[in-house]
Amino acid sequence: MDKELKFTWKDMLKYGVIAGVVAIYVILVGMVEAFNERYIIAETINLGQIALFSPVFLLAYFAANNARKIKSSLFAIITSIVVGLIGGAFVAGLLVLGTHMNLRAVFLNVSPELLDILHLGQEGMAGAIAANLIISATVGLLGGLFALMPHKWSNALLVGLSLVLLMGILQELMTITFGNKDWYKPIGEFIYAKKGLSWGGTALFLVLGIVLNLWRSSDKLRPGKKVAKLPRQQQMAVQIVAMLLGLAILLALPKFLGSYPSEILTTVGIYIIMGLGLNIVVGFAGLLDLGYVAFFAIGAYTVGILTTTGKLATVEWNFWMALPVAIFLAMMAGVLLGIPVLKMRGDYLAIVTLGFGEIIRVVVLSDWLKPYIGGAQGILQIPKPKIGNFVFKGPQQIYFLVLAGIIIVGYIAWRLRDARVGRAWKAMREDEDVAEAMGIHLVSTKLLAFATGAAFAGLAGAIFAAKLGSIFPHSFNLIVSINVLSLIIVGGIGSLPGVIVGALILVGLPELLREFADFRMLFYGALLVAMMLVKPEGFVPEKTHARELSEKEPFSSEIEPEAPARETI
Amino acid sequence: MTTASQSEFILETIHVTKQFGGLTAVKDLSIQVPRKSIYSVIGPNGAGKTTFFNCITGFYKVTEGDILLDGESIVGLRPDIIVKKGISRTYQNIRLFQNLTALENVMVGHHPRMKAGWFGAVFNTPGTRREEAEARKLAMELLEFVGLKGYEYELATNLPYGQQRRLEIARALASEPKLLLLDEPTAGMNPSETEEMTNFIDNLRKDLGITVLLIEHDMRVVMTISDIITVLDYGQKIAEGKPEEVRANPRVIEAYLGRGAVTEQETQAA
Amino acid sequence: MLHKFMRKHDTTDIVMWLIGLGIFAAVIYGSYVTLFVTQKYEPSVWLDFTIFGLAQGSVYALIALGYTLVYGILFMINFAHGEVFTGGVFTAYFLAIAMADSGFIERHWILALLILMAVAMTVSVLVAVILERIAYRPLRGAPRLVPLITAIGASFFLQYTYRGIYGSGVKTYPDFPALDGKLNLFGREWPILTTQALVIVVSAIMMVFLYWYVQKTKAGKAMRAVAEDKEAAALMGIDVDRVIVNTFALGGAMAGVAGILYALLFKQVNAFMGFIPGIKAFTAAVLGGIGNVPGAMLGGLFLGIVESLGPSLILDGLGIPAPYQLKDAIAFTLLVLVLIFRPTGILGERLSEKKA
Repeated sequence: MDKELKFTWKDMLKYGVIAGVVAIYVILVGMVEAFNERYIIAETINLGQIALFSPVFLLAYFAANNARKIKSSLFAIITSIVVGLIGGAFVAGLLVLGTHMNLRAVFLNVSPELLDILHLGQEGMAGAIAANLIISATVGLLGGLFALMPHKWSNALLVGLSLVLLMGILQELMTITFGNKDWYKPIGEFIYAKKGLSWGGTALFLVLGIVLNLWRSSDKLRPGKKVAKLPRQQQMAVQIVAMLLGLAILLALPKFLGSYPSEILTTVGIYIIMGLGLNIVVGFAGLLDLGYVAFFAIGAYTVGILTTTGKLATVEWNFWMALPVAIFLAMMAGVLLGIPVLKMRGDYLAIVTLGFGEIIRVVVLSDWLKPYIGGAQGILQIPKPKIGNFVFKGPQQIYFLVLAGIIIVGYIAWRLRDARVGRAWKAMREDEDVAEAMGIHLVSTKLLAFATGAAFAGLAGAIFAAKLGSIFPHSFNLIVSINVLSLIIVGGIGSLPGVIVGALILVGLPELLREFADFRMLFYGALLVAMMLVKPEGFVPEKTHARELSEKEPFSSEIEPEAPARETI
Repeated sequence: MTTASQSEFILETIHVTKQFGGLTAVKDLSIQVPRKSIYSVIGPNGAGKTTFFNCITGFYKVTEGDILLDGESIVGLRPDIIVKKGISRTYQNIRLFQNLTALENVMVGHHPRMKAGWFGAVFNTPGTRREEAEARKLAMELLEFVGLKGYEYELATNLPYGQQRRLEIARALASEPKLLLLDEPTAGMNPSETEEMTNFIDNLRKDLGITVLLIEHDMRVVMTISDIITVLDYGQKIAEGKPEEVRANPRVIEAYLGRGAVTEQETQAA
Repeated sequence: MLHKFMRKHDTTDIVMWLIGLGIFAAVIYGSYVTLFVTQKYEPSVWLDFTIFGLAQGSVYALIALGYTLVYGILFMINFAHGEVFTGGVFTAYFLAIAMADSGFIERHWILALLILMAVAMTVSVLVAVILERIAYRPLRGAPRLVPLITAIGASFFLQYTYRGIYGSGVKTYPDFPALDGKLNLFGREWPILTTQALVIVVSAIMMVFLYWYVQKTKAGKAMRAVAEDKEAAALMGIDVDRVIVNTFALGGAMAGVAGILYALLFKQVNAFMGFIPGIKAFTAAVLGGIGNVPGAMLGGLFLGIVESLGPSLILDGLGIPAPYQLKDAIAFTLLVLVLIFRPTGILGERLSEKKA
């Protein structure tokens, strides 16, 4: 993070080379080819191209941004073009190499199809090289211009472009969901071309995004501010109406959206429940638990064993009888696994909990316990829960189970956050020794955090088992813990809305992009690194919420707490 | 709490020794702190003062000896129990909960006097609500008392140095202690801030009736407000008494300023 | 009496002791049953197990050195070190295949092996150094969990990068015909496979080299100085950044060699192969007292042997079917037990309160 106050030709070269290397990486790792069929705009621009050129765009932006501070705008523009050219040269170089050598023996993705894509529509090699250089330079120039724009406008443009990207990605889902609805047909025909947004749709969403952003950033129009000026009773009335409205929308969603989106929402919801639980352990209490999936597994397996009517049938309870047992057992496991790590700090705790998770996974997979829990074949025939005649049979019904779970768990987390218990957790997170010296009993406070978090995971696991109707050990590996950890870090450690946003982004989006599945963990990994480096407080950071509760204006509104999260964990 | 509370001394340490491996940080230290006094422990760097504090608050287990609070032994108790019994402290290098607000910091201080548990919080029982409101009120009052009114919702980390010191004291007071341990409360302060803090500590006793055990470097502060002073050197008590007695003690001067200073002063006196 | 005792020890301590005692009793009982009651295995089998354990333990030890060196200097767990290991051996695989196809391995197997090691070392060193530069250096001085989370992220990023670039399948390393069968030396056959002997010898050489490097060379002394006190070292004119890069590079080099040795022993490579050995090597490092170089070596050997003997010796005796499936569980249990009961490790003195 050393900011030197100079920007020379050497720096320009450096940015260009980085852009080139990253672009080559994106190609070799297979993204360009995998995303190539996903069109965003009118059969012209696809996600593969976006992946291919975004490194150049970003690095040209950063380079121009730095150059601008030291030298003239003209120099910044030149910089961005040079960065683009160098980046393009790298890609062209790969194209030449790949055509003349069998790179595929090592680099699996350098296929004829990929080389064809890298020709960028040109037939001959010379034309292809020229096309790469020209388009790359243009993209670089765009990045440079973006850097030179006033901040307000570049922000608005960014939101507009993101909206276009999102709507482009959503095309398939929209068509599946609403394709046969009468009201949607004219809309769909207007905004979408055969593949990707139509030009009209592109323009619409671009403008919409820009306008929305500009409107939001002009302070006076914020609805929250208006409400805050109302007298207290009316404020509460507005809040209650908003909450009821929100609930009504949430209840209507599955019917409105249909089966496939509901399926995605239930998956997201299960992750939200787990996220809220891990958020208590990691976010509030500051205990980095990497074996969190174990409690999810215990919840799922308890329901599985107690309710299954298949080969491993035991008592064949119904879901509602098994549910409290599942939550209780997960909670007990939380306490039991919590005891050994009570005296451990930070990184050792993380490794030991990871060890626990792995031990449980290995044991579950082994022949040893196979007669009871099915080994690798898992547990089949788990009946669906029902209330009276209402059976939670498909995603559209399980959705309500998940929603109820989120509401209960979210409410508990929210209540605890500002209570004596929550304060004790946060104090412990900040400084364990001092917390103890302030009268906080570390053992019980820690165990309470582990137990609460584990109970939430147990609930999530129980619902998961009911949703799938069968469970297999491979659903409970370390990746799940890492997913949950990633989503709370992206959302903002310790932040409740952050969990929801994080789950929607990290779990919801990948479900929409099937070709993304292969790169999911790659992105999570990169995201964890990037978040820690750039935005450790997350995208929806935990506010000092006491301010919102206070009736009067805060002491100094211009001092925003800057990036506190790095200290909090 | 017990019958022993009639005892004249709120805190007694009896031959307290603390060793780390081969190093003896505190050796055979006995002090008696009278009720509602300001009792200072002074000594050069590394004299074992902070270690002594850590022994009293239960952060370290003493190697030998006994510590009595109101005549009742507190040796071997966990720090959180000791707070409940009525001792709270501040730190030499301020240790606030940086990412909590000033108000939250003080409310955490009140933790041992509260009862609400998990269920109380989740079901928002009337008892919990009342307790929470009372704790909030107390915290607000304490913040006002230490001069932090208007800073309630500021993150501790954003407060200026002097205010952080006072916030730490407010946090310690929130546990409603009988005995307050202050570890160099004027460290890093300029003369006017130091004077302000000195008066503040003096007021603590007057307004709240709390006994203060003080570690301090600044001799002027110590001499102004202490009732009794104990001087430590290499973990051992080398002098004890009223400020004027300690001031005149040649062993103290020697410990502080070295051998030469003593002879110099003797010559001056002569 | 009881009252005094309870004052000194938490109930949780007592629970822990009971769990520890339980595990200890199970180990003793299981071994007793196997050795004296069922007597399922011949003595020669135990010897084979031990030698195999030594061989895989040497690999763990080499990887563990990377953890220990970095922890000694930065007090951070380089969670992605397993992927540093993968990078080298997986990349060298393609060269190995080419060399096997051209018959080079058959003609000059020693040279081929040396080239493979050099390539694997280079790649692993590169991965380690880039990792340090991009992911860890900007976070120096941040609270401990921040670089750990970064390292976890980097670990997954690298795994899936290898998968994306080199493919997801399991690949089989080519055979070294010269290393087939039992070791024939001094005119007789020894009860040890040639590969195992080679693995043990090569890693012993690497460890001796490393020990010499850290203890005797100027760079090694600078490393120890930085480990002791970064500020003081910087004041003495040591370029701390450079020493840290050196440390990562050294760990990477060891991991590169370990990779090739691993491939000789187990033949198979894939994008995720480094994760489990990585955690096991970390266990080895902790066993030996993290930050302690000879400790990591001993820890690695110890873990290798326990993991190799454990399933048949302990679990079999306890009547657990297919005990070999649980060998990873043994390693992780050992990790958990060590961190709970003896976080300073067997030889450890390094990890004091302030560093822990």
